[in-house]
Amino acid sequence: MAEHIIFYILSAIIVVFSIMAVTSKRLIRSATYLLFVLLAIAGWYLILDYEYLFAVQTAVYAGGIMVLFIFAILLTQKPGEKVPVEPMSQRIWAIVLSLAGVLFCGTIIYQNITRVYKLSQHFEIDTHLLGKTLMGTDKFQYLLPFEAISVLLLACIVGAIMIARKRS
Amino acid sequence: MGEILTNLFSGAIPLDAYIAVSLVMFFAGIYGFMSRKSLLMVLISIELILNATDVNFVVFNRYLYPEHFEGFFFALFTIAVSACETAVAIAIVINIYRNLNNVNVDSLDKLSEPEEQEKLPENQQTPN
Repeated sequence: MAEHIIFYILSAIIVVFSIMAVTSKRLIRSATYLLFVLLAIAGWYLILDYEYLFAVQTAVYAGGIMVLFIFAILLTQKPGEKVPVEPMSQRIWAIVLSLAGVLFCGTIIYQNITRVYKLSQHFEIDTHLLGKTLMGTDKFQYLLPFEAISVLLLACIVGAIMIARKRS
Repeated sequence: MGEILTNLFSGAIPLDAYIAVSLVMFFAGIYGFMSRKSLLMVLISIELILNATDVNFVVFNRYLYPEHFEGFFFALFTIAVSACETAVAIAIVINIYRNLNNVNVDSLDKLSEPEEQEKLPENQQTPN
Protein backbone atom coordinates (compact mmCIF):
# COMPACT_ATOMS: atom_id res chain seq x y z
CA MET A 1 0.00 0.00 0.00
CA ALA A 2 2.64 2.52 1.04
CA GLU A 3 4.79 1.26 -1.84
CA HIS A 4 1.96 2.01 -4.27
CA ILE A 5 1.40 5.53 -2.97
CA ILE A 6 5.12 6.30 -3.19
CA PHE A 7 5.23 4.82 -6.68
CA TYR A 8 2.35 6.99 -7.90
CA ILE A 9 3.84 10.13 -6.36
CA LEU A 10 7.20 9.42 -8.00
CA SER A 11 5.53 8.69 -11.35
CA ALA A 12 3.63 11.97 -11.22
CA ILE A 13 6.88 13.78 -10.41
CA ILE A 14 8.64 12.12 -13.35
CA VAL A 15 5.90 12.86 -15.88
CA VAL A 16 5.28 16.47 -14.83
CA PHE A 17 8.89 17.51 -14.36
CA SER A 18 10.24 15.78 -17.46
CA ILE A 19 7.73 17.71 -19.56
CA MET A 20 8.49 20.94 -17.68
CA ALA A 21 12.24 20.35 -18.13
CA VAL A 22 12.01 20.42 -21.91
CA THR A 23 9.53 23.30 -22.12
CA SER A 24 10.95 25.71 -19.53
CA LYS A 25 12.22 29.10 -20.66
CA ARG A 26 15.11 29.37 -18.24
CA LEU A 27 17.94 26.88 -18.52
CA ILE A 28 18.72 26.82 -14.82
CA ARG A 29 15.12 25.92 -14.08
CA SER A 30 15.08 23.09 -16.56
CA ALA A 31 18.30 21.76 -15.02
CA THR A 32 16.53 21.81 -11.64
CA TYR A 33 13.52 19.97 -13.05
CA LEU A 34 15.90 17.40 -14.56
CA LEU A 35 17.41 16.94 -11.10
CA PHE A 36 13.94 16.19 -9.69
CA VAL A 37 13.34 13.62 -12.44
CA LEU A 38 16.68 11.92 -11.77
CA LEU A 39 16.00 11.74 -8.03
CA ALA A 40 12.52 10.32 -8.62
CA ILE A 41 14.05 7.62 -10.81
CA ALA A 42 16.51 6.87 -8.03
CA GLY A 43 13.44 6.39 -5.82
CA TRP A 44 12.06 3.93 -8.36
CA TYR A 45 15.24 1.90 -8.16
CA LEU A 46 14.75 1.79 -4.40
CA ILE A 47 11.19 0.50 -4.85
CA LEU A 48 12.58 -2.18 -7.19
CA ASP A 49 14.99 -3.31 -4.43
CA TYR A 50 18.11 -2.26 -6.37
CA GLU A 51 19.83 -0.28 -3.63
CA TYR A 52 23.19 -0.20 -5.39
CA LEU A 53 21.66 1.30 -8.52
CA PHE A 54 19.93 3.89 -6.31
CA ALA A 55 23.29 4.88 -4.87
CA VAL A 56 24.92 5.05 -8.31
CA GLN A 57 22.07 7.08 -9.78
CA THR A 58 22.14 9.55 -6.90
CA ALA A 59 25.91 9.92 -6.83
CA VAL A 60 26.70 9.97 -10.55
CA TYR A 61 23.62 11.68 -11.99
CA ALA A 62 22.26 13.87 -9.23
CA GLY A 63 25.75 14.58 -7.89
CA GLY A 64 28.18 14.62 -10.79
CA ILE A 65 26.27 15.33 -13.96
CA MET A 66 24.03 17.99 -12.44
CA VAL A 67 27.07 19.88 -11.14
CA LEU A 68 28.51 19.78 -14.65
CA PHE A 69 25.25 21.06 -16.10
CA ILE A 70 24.91 23.88 -13.60
CA PHE A 71 28.52 24.97 -14.15
CA ALA A 72 28.02 24.93 -17.92
CA ILE A 73 24.79 26.94 -17.66
CA LEU A 74 26.35 29.53 -15.38
CA LEU A 75 29.41 29.80 -17.64
CA THR A 76 27.50 30.23 -20.88
CA GLN A 77 24.40 32.14 -19.80
CA LYS A 78 23.93 35.56 -18.28
CA PRO A 79 22.06 35.32 -14.97
CA GLY A 80 18.30 35.53 -15.38
CA GLU A 81 18.53 35.39 -19.15
CA LYS A 82 15.61 33.66 -20.83
CA VAL A 83 16.00 31.27 -23.72
CA PRO A 84 13.06 32.15 -25.97
CA VAL A 85 10.79 29.28 -26.85
CA GLU A 86 10.80 28.65 -30.58
CA PRO A 87 7.78 29.75 -32.64
CA MET A 88 4.93 27.32 -32.96
CA SER A 89 5.60 26.69 -36.65
CA GLN A 90 8.98 25.19 -35.79
CA ARG A 91 7.74 23.20 -32.82
CA ILE A 92 4.70 21.68 -34.48
CA TRP A 93 6.62 18.82 -36.11
CA ALA A 94 8.35 17.94 -32.87
CA ILE A 95 5.00 17.91 -31.03
CA VAL A 96 3.31 15.83 -33.72
CA LEU A 97 6.16 13.33 -33.90
CA SER A 98 6.42 12.87 -30.13
CA LEU A 99 2.67 12.45 -29.73
CA ALA A 100 2.61 9.95 -32.59
CA GLY A 101 5.49 8.06 -30.95
CA VAL A 102 3.71 7.99 -27.59
CA LEU A 103 0.53 6.71 -29.21
CA PHE A 104 2.35 4.09 -31.30
CA CYS A 105 4.47 2.69 -28.47
CA GLY A 106 1.60 3.04 -26.00
CA THR A 107 -0.63 0.90 -28.20
CA ILE A 108 2.05 -1.75 -28.53
CA ILE A 109 2.64 -1.80 -24.77
CA TYR A 110 -1.08 -1.86 -23.98
CA GLN A 111 -1.71 -4.82 -26.27
CA ASN A 112 1.34 -6.90 -25.41
CA ILE A 113 2.30 -6.21 -21.84
CA THR A 114 -0.01 -8.78 -20.25
CA ARG A 115 2.01 -11.52 -21.92
CA VAL A 116 5.17 -10.68 -20.04
CA TYR A 117 3.65 -9.62 -16.76
CA LYS A 118 4.86 -11.62 -13.82
CA LEU A 119 4.48 -10.93 -10.14
CA SER A 120 7.65 -9.82 -8.46
CA GLN A 121 8.60 -11.33 -5.17
CA HIS A 122 10.25 -9.29 -2.51
CA PHE A 123 13.86 -10.30 -2.40
CA GLU A 124 17.24 -9.13 -1.17
CA ILE A 125 20.20 -8.75 -3.47
CA ASP A 126 23.30 -10.13 -1.90
CA THR A 127 26.00 -7.47 -2.13
CA HIS A 128 28.62 -10.21 -2.10
CA LEU A 129 27.04 -11.75 -5.20
CA LEU A 130 26.86 -8.32 -6.84
CA GLY A 131 30.58 -7.74 -6.31
CA LYS A 132 31.41 -11.22 -7.59
CA THR A 133 29.31 -10.58 -10.70
CA LEU A 134 30.93 -7.21 -11.35
CA MET A 135 34.48 -8.44 -10.88
CA GLY A 136 34.37 -12.03 -12.12
CA THR A 137 35.57 -13.42 -15.43
CA ASP A 138 33.18 -16.37 -15.75
CA LYS A 139 30.01 -16.54 -17.81
CA PHE A 140 27.52 -13.77 -16.89
CA GLN A 141 30.25 -11.84 -15.08
CA TYR A 142 31.37 -8.40 -16.05
CA LEU A 143 35.07 -7.71 -15.53
CA LEU A 144 35.76 -6.91 -19.21
CA PRO A 145 33.05 -4.21 -19.57
CA PHE A 146 34.21 -2.81 -16.24
CA GLU A 147 37.76 -2.41 -17.56
CA ALA A 148 36.48 -1.01 -20.85
CA ILE A 149 34.52 1.61 -18.91
CA SER A 150 37.64 2.54 -16.96
CA VAL A 151 39.58 3.08 -20.20
CA LEU A 152 36.64 5.07 -21.58
CA LEU A 153 36.63 7.30 -18.49
CA LEU A 154 40.35 7.95 -18.91
CA ALA A 155 39.91 8.78 -22.61
CA CYS A 156 37.02 11.07 -21.78
CA ILE A 157 39.02 12.95 -19.14
CA VAL A 158 41.88 13.49 -21.61
CA GLY A 159 39.45 14.47 -24.37
CA ALA A 160 37.54 16.93 -22.21
CA ILE A 161 40.75 18.63 -21.09
CA MET A 162 42.06 18.77 -24.66
CA ILE A 163 38.83 20.33 -25.94
CA ALA A 164 38.12 22.79 -23.16
CA ARG A 165 41.60 24.17 -22.48
CA LYS A 166 42.47 27.64 -23.71
CA ARG A 167 44.68 27.65 -26.76
CA SER A 168 47.67 29.87 -26.16
CA MET B 1 -14.74 3.09 -9.02
CA GLY B 2 -14.04 1.23 -5.80
CA GLU B 3 -12.77 -1.78 -7.73
CA ILE B 4 -10.37 0.36 -9.72
CA LEU B 5 -9.07 1.90 -6.51
CA THR B 6 -8.55 -1.44 -4.79
CA ASN B 7 -6.85 -2.77 -7.92
CA LEU B 8 -4.59 0.26 -7.96
CA PHE B 9 -3.44 -0.29 -4.40
CA SER B 10 -3.22 -4.07 -4.14
CA GLY B 11 -0.76 -6.64 -5.40
CA ALA B 12 2.56 -5.83 -7.00
CA ILE B 13 3.05 -2.63 -8.95
CA PRO B 14 2.33 -3.61 -12.57
CA LEU B 15 5.19 -3.75 -15.04
CA ASP B 16 3.33 -1.61 -17.56
CA ALA B 17 3.05 1.30 -15.12
CA TYR B 18 6.84 1.67 -15.14
CA ILE B 19 6.98 1.26 -18.91
CA ALA B 20 4.22 3.81 -19.52
CA VAL B 21 5.86 6.49 -17.37
CA SER B 22 9.27 5.92 -18.94
CA LEU B 23 7.59 6.11 -22.36
CA VAL B 24 6.27 9.60 -21.58
CA MET B 25 9.70 10.59 -20.29
CA PHE B 26 11.41 9.24 -23.43
CA PHE B 27 9.18 11.19 -25.78
CA ALA B 28 9.45 14.34 -23.68
CA GLY B 29 13.19 13.97 -24.32
CA ILE B 30 12.59 13.43 -28.04
CA TYR B 31 10.43 16.57 -28.16
CA GLY B 32 13.08 18.65 -26.41
CA PHE B 33 15.81 17.23 -28.61
CA MET B 34 13.99 18.22 -31.78
CA SER B 35 12.46 21.55 -30.78
CA ARG B 36 14.90 23.40 -28.53
CA LYS B 37 17.70 25.52 -29.98
CA SER B 38 20.10 25.75 -27.05
CA LEU B 39 22.78 23.07 -26.98
CA LEU B 40 22.38 22.68 -23.21
CA MET B 41 18.68 21.99 -23.62
CA VAL B 42 19.55 19.33 -26.19
CA LEU B 43 21.90 17.74 -23.66
CA ILE B 44 19.23 17.79 -20.96
CA SER B 45 16.86 16.05 -23.38
CA ILE B 46 19.50 13.39 -24.09
CA GLU B 47 19.80 12.76 -20.35
CA LEU B 48 16.03 12.25 -20.15
CA ILE B 49 16.13 9.75 -23.04
CA LEU B 50 19.03 7.80 -21.52
CA ASN B 51 17.32 7.62 -18.13
CA ALA B 52 14.08 6.34 -19.66
CA THR B 53 15.96 3.50 -21.38
CA ASP B 54 17.83 2.72 -18.14
CA VAL B 55 14.52 2.37 -16.33
CA ASN B 56 13.30 -0.07 -18.98
CA PHE B 57 16.38 -2.27 -18.65
CA VAL B 58 16.15 -2.35 -14.87
CA VAL B 59 12.40 -2.95 -14.72
CA PHE B 60 12.44 -5.80 -17.22
CA ASN B 61 15.35 -7.38 -15.40
CA ARG B 62 13.65 -7.07 -12.02
CA TYR B 63 10.26 -8.39 -13.12
CA LEU B 64 11.12 -11.10 -15.63
CA TYR B 65 14.55 -12.38 -14.58
CA PRO B 66 15.08 -11.34 -10.94
CA GLU B 67 17.77 -14.00 -10.47
CA HIS B 68 19.98 -12.54 -13.23
CA PHE B 69 21.78 -9.21 -13.41
CA GLU B 70 21.98 -8.41 -17.13
CA GLY B 71 19.68 -5.39 -17.13
CA PHE B 72 21.10 -4.18 -13.84
CA PHE B 73 24.65 -4.08 -15.17
CA PHE B 74 23.58 -2.68 -18.51
CA ALA B 75 21.96 0.23 -16.65
CA LEU B 76 25.08 0.61 -14.51
CA PHE B 77 27.37 0.81 -17.54
CA THR B 78 24.95 3.12 -19.35
CA ILE B 79 25.12 5.53 -16.43
CA ALA B 80 28.93 5.51 -16.64
CA VAL B 81 28.94 6.02 -20.41
CA SER B 82 26.43 8.86 -20.19
CA ALA B 83 28.58 10.53 -17.54
CA CYS B 84 31.52 10.42 -19.99
CA GLU B 85 29.35 11.69 -22.83
CA THR B 86 28.07 14.61 -20.76
CA ALA B 87 31.55 15.61 -19.64
CA VAL B 88 32.91 15.70 -23.21
CA ALA B 89 29.77 17.40 -24.54
CA ILE B 90 29.93 20.13 -21.93
CA ALA B 91 33.61 20.69 -22.72
CA ILE B 92 32.62 21.11 -26.37
CA VAL B 93 29.77 23.48 -25.40
CA ILE B 94 32.12 25.68 -23.38
CA ASN B 95 34.60 25.72 -26.26
CA ILE B 96 31.83 26.74 -28.67
CA TYR B 97 30.76 29.50 -26.29
CA ARG B 98 34.33 30.80 -26.25
CA ASN B 99 34.37 30.98 -30.05
CA LEU B 100 30.84 32.16 -30.87
CA ASN B 101 29.59 33.78 -27.61
CA ASN B 102 26.40 31.74 -27.72
CA VAL B 103 25.43 28.07 -27.68
CA ASN B 104 22.68 28.19 -30.27
CA VAL B 105 22.33 25.20 -32.55
CA ASP B 106 21.64 27.44 -35.55
CA SER B 107 24.94 29.28 -35.26
CA LEU B 108 27.04 26.12 -35.19
CA ASP B 109 27.74 26.17 -38.92
CA LYS B 110 29.81 29.33 -38.35
CA LEU B 111 32.35 27.05 -36.65
CA SER B 112 33.26 25.48 -40.00
CA GLU B 113 34.26 28.83 -41.53
CA PRO B 114 36.83 30.19 -39.10
CA GLU B 115 39.34 32.98 -39.60
CA GLU B 116 41.84 30.60 -41.20
CA GLN B 117 40.04 30.90 -44.51
CA GLU B 118 40.50 34.64 -44.44
CA LYS B 119 44.08 34.22 -43.40
CA LEU B 120 44.81 31.76 -46.18
CA PRO B 121 45.24 34.36 -48.93
CA GLU B 122 47.58 36.32 -46.63
CA ASN B 123 49.61 33.19 -46.00
CA GLN B 124 49.84 32.63 -49.72
CA GLN B 125 50.80 36.20 -50.26
CA THR B 126 53.51 36.30 -47.63
CA PRO B 127 55.98 34.11 -49.53
CA ASN B 128 55.61 36.50 -52.44
